[in-house]
Amino acid sequence: MLSVKSVSKHYAKKTALDQVSLDADSGKIIGLLGPNGAGKTSLIRIITMITAPDSGEVFFQGEKMRQELISGIGYLPEERGLYRKMTILDQAMYFGRLKGLSKAACSEGINYWFERLDMMDWKKKKLEELSKGMQQKVQFVLTILHKPKLLILDEPFTGFDPLNAEIIKNEIIGLKEQGACILLSTHRMESVEELCDDITLINNGKVIIQGEVNEVRSRYKKSEFEFVFKGSLNKSLKGVSERSDRIQKDGSTRSLMQVQAGHSTHELIQDIMQEVHLLEFREMLPSIKDIFIELVGTRI
Amino acid sequence: MRNIALVTGREYTSRVRKKSFIVMTLIGPLLLAAFYGAIIWLAMSDTQNDDKHEILVVDESGLFSQGIDPNENLFFTVNPNDTNEDSYYGTLIIPSDFTIDQPNGARYLSSESLNIVEQSTMENQLEKSIKEKKLVRSGLLKETLDSLNTDVQISAAKISDGEIKENNTMINAAVGFAGAFFIYLFIFLYGVQVMKGVAEEKSNRIVEVIISSVKPFDLMLGKILGIALVGLTQVLIWIGLSAALMAIITPLLTSGAMNPEDAAQLIQQGQIAAPSAQMNVLAALFQLDFATLIFGFLFYFITGYLLYSAMFAAIASAVDSETDTQQFMFPITIPLIFSIVVAQSVVLKDPNGDLATWLSMIPFTAPIIMMVRLPFGVENWQLVLSMLFMIFGFIGVTWLASRIYRVGILMYGKKPSYKEIFKWMTYKG
Repeated sequence: MLSVKSVSKHYAKKTALDQVSLDADSGKIIGLLGPNGAGKTSLIRIITMITAPDSGEVFFQGEKMRQELISGIGYLPEERGLYRKMTILDQAMYFGRLKGLSKAACSEGINYWFERLDMMDWKKKKLEELSKGMQQKVQFVLTILHKPKLLILDEPFTGFDPLNAEIIKNEIIGLKEQGACILLSTHRMESVEELCDDITLINNGKVIIQGEVNEVRSRYKKSEFEFVFKGSLNKSLKGVSERSDRIQKDGSTRSLMQVQAGHSTHELIQDIMQEVHLLEFREMLPSIKDIFIELVGTRI
Repeated sequence: MRNIALVTGREYTSRVRKKSFIVMTLIGPLLLAAFYGAIIWLAMSDTQNDDKHEILVVDESGLFSQGIDPNENLFFTVNPNDTNEDSYYGTLIIPSDFTIDQPNGARYLSSESLNIVEQSTMENQLEKSIKEKKLVRSGLLKETLDSLNTDVQISAAKISDGEIKENNTMINAAVGFAGAFFIYLFIFLYGVQVMKGVAEEKSNRIVEVIISSVKPFDLMLGKILGIALVGLTQVLIWIGLSAALMAIITPLLTSGAMNPEDAAQLIQQGQIAAPSAQMNVLAALFQLDFATLIFGFLFYFITGYLLYSAMFAAIASAVDSETDTQQFMFPITIPLIFSIVVAQSVVLKDPNGDLATWLSMIPFTAPIIMMVRLPFGVENWQLVLSMLFMIFGFIGVTWLASRIYRVGILMYGKKPSYKEIFKWMTYKG
């Protein structure tokens, strides 16, 4: 669906993007991650043809990106903005038509989405009469009104209360299931793990990690295991370099163990089972957030 | 093209629906009509001052026992039998030591303060009397003196395409300058709207959303054209309503006098030999080539606006907020301010001089300078050349402005320097 090939972009003294490549298929959500100033917005602006790359190419639906194909993209920028004095209906018609929809198709889309997201009463209101969260909702609808094949969402959840964030999340999943390809740029790591199929992590204009979410997580696993058991486990365990226990309300113990490289987990489990009644056992994969912090070295 | 039309449409409809637009559109012609009415009224009242005042002269010197010559408004009664001061406009006292060689000590007393015209009239009449007395003393006859007085009036007319047209420099200057002033006002008025619109889109981050659907150039041009249409709508309504109002006002103000159009015709046919000053003014007004003037006004208003608003758009795109625009506004508006200042002095004095001709060719000054020159008559080749330059100037400036706009509109954070703005013009893609 979308293929970015070795794209580079330099500004006066700064390299915004350095040989960035990315592939995104339809029916997938791709998380675009990176600290502030990493080059995410630069990449998005090149994909949407707002700026041109110094080198590299962007392909969309198998064709080299050109202005006529842009209407197949829906872009929700991080910095939102609509006309404050214009009614919601007028704005929706205006933006829809700018995306190439006919008047009739525009009205149809507006009715469908406004009905679905319970926004029918807002139609005649001016934007400035709506709350921040309502405005965000309007903006989201304007982005998807023209049924884009590629949806670029930059921090789509900011400004929403948990209830509306959930509604929007479900709509995003719904669009994905209908075959849209979604590029999701966000700082909310929990939503990355929950929503994204693939991730691309950018830092200082370079791609640091790329791949399927669980594959990336296992790539960065650190032989950490979690055991939940009943009874007391006092003896020192062979092959465990670090261990921290926590007694839970039901009297069981939750123990996190760092296992030395090369040591068999099978042996460890047997050791433990000799002493206590083992209830749960699982390998701990690092969260995307942990990987992000480890690689980028900054808090988010 | 479709997107430019959509942007233009949005700019237009969102603005003409505003209350402020409707109010201004309706009030404008009233103001214009009032302005026009005031000019006519002043022109008329100047020549139609019928007030006659009788001045009581108490002549103790005996010099003016034969009377003092009156003029149109003041006449003098010297030492009458009835000296009831209340029935006179004022009292002029000539002391006994007042002589033709030492005419000192004359005093004027009245309940109302004397205006400057009346005072000089009175002085002139006394001086005239004394002068005559001196001439008589040197041996001239009164009859000879009377025959010396002659009255010559020149009525200026202009030959154009073999036709003789009434010409009044003051009217030409007033019409030209009024037109130029309106262009100046409109460029600012609507240019600032473009600037505010761009600043709004940038500071509200609308541009981030919209720019993925519309090319920056289309967005800028759509906005400029939309507001141009708003301006054109407003001006055309103004011209229409003003014409209607003037058609109502003119006969009211000139009732009793001859219809100015008829007068103009009669003057042209030579049927009225010596037109009065009042007739001259109105005839000259009606003999102006309104078609060329209105066309010229609309052309220079639109192209001047397009040229300047492209620059205003570029400025607004380069900075983060409206308040930061000031720094860049000034250098851009210098040619505009310069031309309105020059128009008042140099151009009005010599509308076909070198400076006026050159300035009316430069697109930055032409809208104002050419408008001032138009009522005086401009040669066709000059007008055509100036209009061509205007069109090329607009295209060139818009292209440059769009280069700045395209980069500036997405640049946040710091106020750029002039150097950076020039650099933006050369960015690729």
